[in-house]
Amino acid sequence: MTWHHLCAAAKLSEGEPLGFRVGERRVALYKVGDDVFATDDVCSHAFALLSTGFLEGHVIECPLHGAMFDVRDGKCRSSAYKDIEAFKVEIHDGEVYVQLGGGAALEATGDGGADIKP
Amino acid sequence: MSGLVVIGASYAGIQAALTAREAGYAEPVTVIADEHALPYQRPPLSKDFLRGEIDAQGFLMHDEAVFAGAKIELRLGHRVVEIDRQAGRIALADGTMLDFDKLVIATGSRARKIAVRGADLDGVCYLRSIADAADLKARLGEAGEIVIIGGGFIGLEVASSAAKLGKRVTVIEAASRLLERAVSPAVSRFLLDTHTRAGVEVKFGTAVSAMIGDGGRVTAVELDGSIRLGADLVVVGIGGIANDALAVAAGLECANGIVVDEHGRTGCSGIYAAGDCASHYSRFAEGWIKLESVQHAQDQGRAVGLAIADSHEAYDSVPRFWSDQHDLKLQIVGHAARSDRMVIRGAIEAGRFSVFNYRQGKLVAVDSINNPADQMVVRRLIAAGISPTPGQAADSSCDLRSLLKPGRKAVA
Ligand SMILES: Cc1cc2nc3c(=O)[nH]c(=O)nc-3n(C[C@H](O)[C@H](O)[C@H](O)COP(=O)(O)OP(=O)(O)OC[C@H]3O[C@@H](n4cnc5c(N)ncnc54)[C@H](O)[C@@H]3O)c2cc1C
Repeated sequence: MTWHHLCAAAKLSEGEPLGFRVGERRVALYKVGDDVFATDDVCSHAFALLSTGFLEGHVIECPLHGAMFDVRDGKCRSSAYKDIEAFKVEIHDGEVYVQLGGGAALEATGDGGADIKP
Repeated sequence: MSGLVVIGASYAGIQAALTAREAGYAEPVTVIADEHALPYQRPPLSKDFLRGEIDAQGFLMHDEAVFAGAKIELRLGHRVVEIDRQAGRIALADGTMLDFDKLVIATGSRARKIAVRGADLDGVCYLRSIADAADLKARLGEAGEIVIIGGGFIGLEVASSAAKLGKRVTVIEAASRLLERAVSPAVSRFLLDTHTRAGVEVKFGTAVSAMIGDGGRVTAVELDGSIRLGADLVVVGIGGIANDALAVAAGLECANGIVVDEHGRTGCSGIYAAGDCASHYSRFAEGWIKLESVQHAQDQGRAVGLAIADSHEAYDSVPRFWSDQHDLKLQIVGHAARSDRMVIRGAIEAGRFSVFNYRQGKLVAVDSINNPADQMVVRRLIAAGISPTPGQAADSSCDLRSLLKPGRKAVA
């Protein structure tokens, strides 16, 4: 388990998820009220980035096929699709960190990961 | 053994079973399916799987352990042949009887068969199950010329996949445009252009009069009683028929599908139906409809699962559908029945646009090409009964999301 710095908390706004690359992984950040949540950015169903989806309350909708996940625990509302992973988030001095499993194989890219949203 | 019995282990049946469990249903749950495969996703059958880009393990719904963990018994490879509603019992093809307290009929649909001379020749194929897809994939590998009968979703997806594999593909469509009943003319035209550019030939207004064979194997398709089109392989995609025979025989009301209410209940207490095999009243279509889509099967299955666990939540989702052809993503939200006005948003030339369909001034459906963002907003607008004006819809700089926030005007 390693903590990775992603971005400044101020970069996040309600209803505007952001996607990051952390080594091989893609992570999505969501701001809901005063809380920040992080999950896999890739939908469990087909290749689509959840950070380009629609966030409503705690539910992110996959843009391609409408699968819906709770950003708090990654649980999918549709039984036909697998759940995604949700990550621990901490904010220190206004900066967002997420805890990813898998250890050494994961290295944050550059200074805080590349923002892959257009 | 009693409890819940589900017939059909696909989107609707699996969703109903898992939702019932999650919502606290504590009796035994048994799901019966005539297919042998573990529950899987059907859409890849005409797409990545047919092209050999993923294998069968790649699109299972879940590992077996998930069903075991939820205490759901899967009985695969068994066909239900009768429902005895008085006795609360079903019969399997091998003679086994199973009692139920609650029954979910989630039998889906089957491919409509073509009724012309030569239709039973070897090499005339349909696509519904993974077994069909595996067979088609093997045949596709050896075929050069493919004729596809029907320019519907499955036909067009198979056409795209076959073209990508370098085959010569001809699509025969009886109507005058592609997907006539599902999408607007602008989307039909765009799809036709895309298929044509990819080398797929589409013949409109043409009916198949016979299949011609040699030694029991199809070699050509005869059109309008005269023209012959050479074919090593024929794929028929002319629509689906609800598997409602069990329900009909049991005396349940059926009218183009098993008639259910907003909780998926049939007229017989304890018996439910969901998915492709069911017909329900939709406020979005303002009529009774039978939908064939993943979203519908899942969401209606969920309503059924909740009803079974006594925590009722009416099925009220906006219909949604997607189709992948060549490199484009087609998405449809809402129900365009009897729409009377269409507005285009975005740039058709740029290959990213949506068509907004209105019925008497109300936004009822949107078809999009490569524009998931529009789809996600529009679904919420339609669900909430909010209609952007045609002017707002046509203006790409108008942020439709702002209409979702109560008391706010669209920001131009
Ligand atoms: C090739 C293909 C591509 C598709 N692509 C898309 C797409 O891109 N997007 C989309 O939204 N939808 C798509 N669909 C449609 C979608 O797959 C269906 O709407 C969906 O599968 C319906 O789910 P269901 O659970 O109602 O029924 P089904 O998936 O049809 O499953 C019903 C199951 O019940 C079984 N069964 C039937 N009768 C009995 C019996 N008497 N005893 C035991 N078992 C029985 C059947 O064999 C089947 O396994 C596609 C369909 C196909 C065939």
